[in-house]
Amino acid sequence: MLQILFDALSLGSLYALGALGIALIFGVMRLVNFAHGDVIAFCVFALLWPSTDAMAIVFAGQLPWYLLVPFVLLCGAGLSVLCEIVVFRRFRKANPATMMITSFALGFVIRYFLLMLYSSRPKSISLLPTLSQPVEIFGARLPLLQLITIIATMAILIGLTLFLRQTRFGLEMRAAAENFSMARMLGVRANRVIMGAFALSGALAGAIALIFGSQTGTADIQMGASIMLMAFIATVIGGLGSLGGAVLAGFLLGAASVVMQVMLPVDARPFRDAFVYGAVILVLLFRPQGLIAARGTKERV
Amino acid sequence: MSLLALSDITIRYSRLTAVRDVSFSMAEGEILFITGPNGAGKSSLLRAIAGVTPVAGGRIDLAGQEITSQAPENIARLGFSMVPEGREVFGSLTIEENLLIGTGMHANNRGWRTRAASELEAVYATFPMLKERRNGQAGLLSGGQQQMLVIGRALMTNPKLIAIDEPSLGLAPNITDQVYERLIVLRAQRGLTLLIVEQSSARAMMVGGRMILMRGGQIVLDGDARTLGNGEAIQAAYFGYEDH
Ligand SMILES: Nc1ncnc2c1ncn2[C@@H]1O[C@H](COP(=O)(O)OP(=O)(O)O)[C@@H](O)[C@H]1O
Ligand SMILES: [Mg+2]
Repeated sequence: MLQILFDALSLGSLYALGALGIALIFGVMRLVNFAHGDVIAFCVFALLWPSTDAMAIVFAGQLPWYLLVPFVLLCGAGLSVLCEIVVFRRFRKANPATMMITSFALGFVIRYFLLMLYSSRPKSISLLPTLSQPVEIFGARLPLLQLITIIATMAILIGLTLFLRQTRFGLEMRAAAENFSMARMLGVRANRVIMGAFALSGALAGAIALIFGSQTGTADIQMGASIMLMAFIATVIGGLGSLGGAVLAGFLLGAASVVMQVMLPVDARPFRDAFVYGAVILVLLFRPQGLIAARGTKERV
Repeated sequence: MSLLALSDITIRYSRLTAVRDVSFSMAEGEILFITGPNGAGKSSLLRAIAGVTPVAGGRIDLAGQEITSQAPENIARLGFSMVPEGREVFGSLTIEENLLIGTGMHANNRGWRTRAASELEAVYATFPMLKERRNGQAGLLSGGQQQMLVIGRALMTNPKLIAIDEPSLGLAPNITDQVYERLIVLRAQRGLTLLIVEQSSARAMMVGGRMILMRGGQIVLDGDARTLGNGEAIQAAYFGYEDH
């Protein structure tokens, strides 16, 4: 029982962090950023030397954790901000569909860049190997990594909440997410807020890369895509642009996946995702605006 | 020298010309009403000054600097503060947070709350109701309270000129009276320059000052509010709109 709870929480953590990264950018830019998953993949590969060999040549992956974690977070934030400056800034006045397609294209550019440097073969890496040891809690044996995933996610969520509520920059981000042009008329600098949102979102991608990379022990250029599909769904169910909703829906989806894995009859288990998506459709039928409707549908300027 | 000067401003929405060759200027400390029927182009004009609606032609100067096509956040830094039509309160933020947004341009990140404190107290002194509910969600305020909030919010940027688009919109007449009372006190206290848009000329006649009447994207009358309001020209100008 405890095992199921922890499985649900740790899977939900990944979805929640992913959904949050998308919701942050959607909030200030009305952009659904499909390149987000590829930023995650980039962060994992940033730990390896470029080579097309099957054997991974570890580079930054050998750093002690207190250097490794900031390195990966900075990689994500850096790439994400670069995407904003080089690409998205030029499309800021374009309509949402154009921006969405741009983000698709950008995702492919990042993916093929990785493909070129590292080949498409998944590589096995062992990140922070000490974390795969089991620990015993209330009689259940859990991988230490799972515990750390959950604790780290909670710490990130609390940290982000405090940041948004207590700092000047957080206030500007919340105002801009609700009504961008009004915020600008009150002196909020558009570029600063948007770059901040991209940096935060990229750092979240780095966090996912660390967690997912250590869980699976592989670096795969497709790895971002698998989490991102669920994360996108979580963002939509949560109410596009609502940060709380994205997190809540991420955890709900994680829980739904794990519970169905356990509850479904053995024959139906391979179709687990179909059941999860079915549940998603049901939710959206009853609450098309998402679980928590975001405020401020004003167009960005 | 004038504080705000527009020359030959034209605004288009794809093929519709909403404002055509409008020119006027405002001296520091002046109070100017822009009136005219719905669709005359009043809001478009204010949004163009604020920098959120692009102009198709013409030039705008504020405090001696050209601001045509500048970013709204830079125009705000030159002392222009906007209270838009429909108020645009940040409904999910608290009342105090709504007020604090505008202090960003003057206070830096370190200790911004303390630096903003004196400005907050000044606004709370004018609108005690805002102080009572400072931690309440702004979206839950009544229309009149929201109007007070957005005027306070505009004051927090410490502006030279405040532009207010239809402050009476959706308010009971006695609430509108209260809003105008505060505005007049504020103007005297702070030496504010006020640019107020209203559909009807009734308020302009009560308050006094200068009045511009717009119709079909152009200025049709410009003069002293009380003189204009009592003349026959205004009737013709207003009802001329319904002719075609
Ligand atoms: N965002 C917009 N897109 C297209 N047309 C607009 C837009 N805003 C205003 N208009 C049109 O421009 C004209 C002037 O509108 P507006 O400036 O709102 O006038 P007023 O504030 O005097 O009522 C109207 O015909 C209106 O329909
Ligand atoms: Mg209007």
